[in-house]
Amino acid sequence: MNNTILKTARSKPTPRVRSAARRRETLSGYIFIGPMFLGLLILTIIPTLLTFILSFSDWSFISGVDKLKFTGFKNFSRLFDDDVFLTSLKNNLWLLLVVPIQLIISLVLAVIIDRLVYWKGLFKIIFFMPYISSIVAVSICFQLLFQPSYGPINQFLRSLGVSSPPTWLADIRYALPSVMIIMVWVGIGFCLIVYMAALQSIPKDLYESADIDGAGAWTRFSRITLPLVSPTTFFLLVTGFISSFKAFDIIKVLTEGKPAYSTSVVTYYLYTTAFENLKTGYASSMALILFGFVLLITLFQLYGQKKWVNY
Amino acid sequence: MDKQKRGVRTAATIAMLIIGAAFITPFLWMISASFKPEIDVFNYPIEWIPKHWNLYGNYREVWFGEHPFGTYYWNTIKVSALTTVVSVLVSSMAAYGFAHVDFKGRNVMFLVVLMTFMVPSYSIIVPQFLLFRWLHLFDSHLGLIVIGSFSALGTFMLRQFFLGIHRDYLEAAKLDGAGHARIFLQITLPLVKPALATYGILRFIWTWNDYANPLIFLRSDRLSTIQLGIQKFASESGVYYSLIMAGTVSAILPLIVIFVIGQKQVIEGIAMGGVKG
Repeated sequence: MNNTILKTARSKPTPRVRSAARRRETLSGYIFIGPMFLGLLILTIIPTLLTFILSFSDWSFISGVDKLKFTGFKNFSRLFDDDVFLTSLKNNLWLLLVVPIQLIISLVLAVIIDRLVYWKGLFKIIFFMPYISSIVAVSICFQLLFQPSYGPINQFLRSLGVSSPPTWLADIRYALPSVMIIMVWVGIGFCLIVYMAALQSIPKDLYESADIDGAGAWTRFSRITLPLVSPTTFFLLVTGFISSFKAFDIIKVLTEGKPAYSTSVVTYYLYTTAFENLKTGYASSMALILFGFVLLITLFQLYGQKKWVNY
Repeated sequence: MDKQKRGVRTAATIAMLIIGAAFITPFLWMISASFKPEIDVFNYPIEWIPKHWNLYGNYREVWFGEHPFGTYYWNTIKVSALTTVVSVLVSSMAAYGFAHVDFKGRNVMFLVVLMTFMVPSYSIIVPQFLLFRWLHLFDSHLGLIVIGSFSALGTFMLRQFFLGIHRDYLEAAKLDGAGHARIFLQITLPLVKPALATYGILRFIWTWNDYANPLIFLRSDRLSTIQLGIQKFASESGVYYSLIMAGTVSAILPLIVIFVIGQKQVIEGIAMGGVKG
């Protein structure tokens, strides 16, 4: 299409022709990027602005745009008196704990699989299975496994002599930890794969020279492996934090926030507020706070990358 | 020394096999429960290999009973496949544009795309919902495909690969008189094929497993995807656990097959960017 122009541009670089070539280049740039950019504009950028606007309003989408009323910061002040919201937010903070636990387990597994075992590929597949499976199916399965009276987990505990095992998802104290156990289990595979890739990029001769110096396994791990995978650890920590704020499916399918909101999270409360109670404005203000938290973690990433990572 | 090393390896492998088996017990339990008659599901000690079989009965009930699992499957295959195709196409075009076309405003546009990446999907789900109702995309497969196809992630991932193509290739093609369309289709696309496969498989898996978008953007049961379908099935079948497990196995199985076939691409893709849905 624009080949002739480019050709002439090369052979006769007069200013007018060159600017025509430029225009051609710019046009083809827009054609290539256009679809993606348009899609993101309509599906992400405009909705982001709308969330921002709606979060300052009192409105329900079924009542028509003319009923939209701006109420300033009222939604936000209401949010901080809303016990359900505060509980949900607190639960989100608890869920952050899933990430370091996941990282420790998966790093240990990665080191063992990378250095000590046969059939590495098989182990990668095994530990990756939960990540590939749908969270809906996994949640439904765990509902049965955690079943208080005849579920296999409690039957097993009883056979070990635990007379009154916890009722897991039905108990206000155990429900959130149960969810966290499942989240750890689901996420290990992802961290494991990323860690294994990082381990493979550590030069082998570092370990060899450590061997010559008579370093033990622990020294090698703490002095070579740990510092050299620290960029990966940092990356996994940040993406893990962000995705734990986005946890929704597991809560919706597994507990619906029950019992007594002990497993409710911000995304779930946002969903029920927007689509069950139809409070569009109020839900948008939650959405904005969620965005704020994710942004905060991202900023922490940009700042921390330089400070915390030892290359 | 060598003998000792082999001993350690064997011991570690055996230990890891035990840990690995424990790790996937939920799946084993799920599969075994789906083969059993209802009354045997919670028998203890657990009968990993069923004493009585009801494989045919359970799966027949799930697939040909009241819930249209065939329709759910077909819907999911359709939405996942089309989302993958559109997403790979649009992402690779944008990736080529950002990598190899030199146009005005490129850096600004790239920054904007980068910024959309930071917006959590749940933060914009309400306006998206309103927009979709207004655009008549609500409760349609087209809407679901549209929402899954435009993500900055694919653009970033593929851009890295397009940048990896040596400029000499492109310069030579330009000298031969090829325009961007031809360079893109005939030169760069074949070179980044492995990356397209990686991204395509990941996008397919993510779309297949997606629950939130179908939940919010679909209403009709006949349009439901498998994730929505099994959740409905589970909450409506109440205590028929063997059937529910047959349903969940049906939902997971295709992905396990795809994963085992495409594991190299999936694992490389995950490891490369540490990308996440």
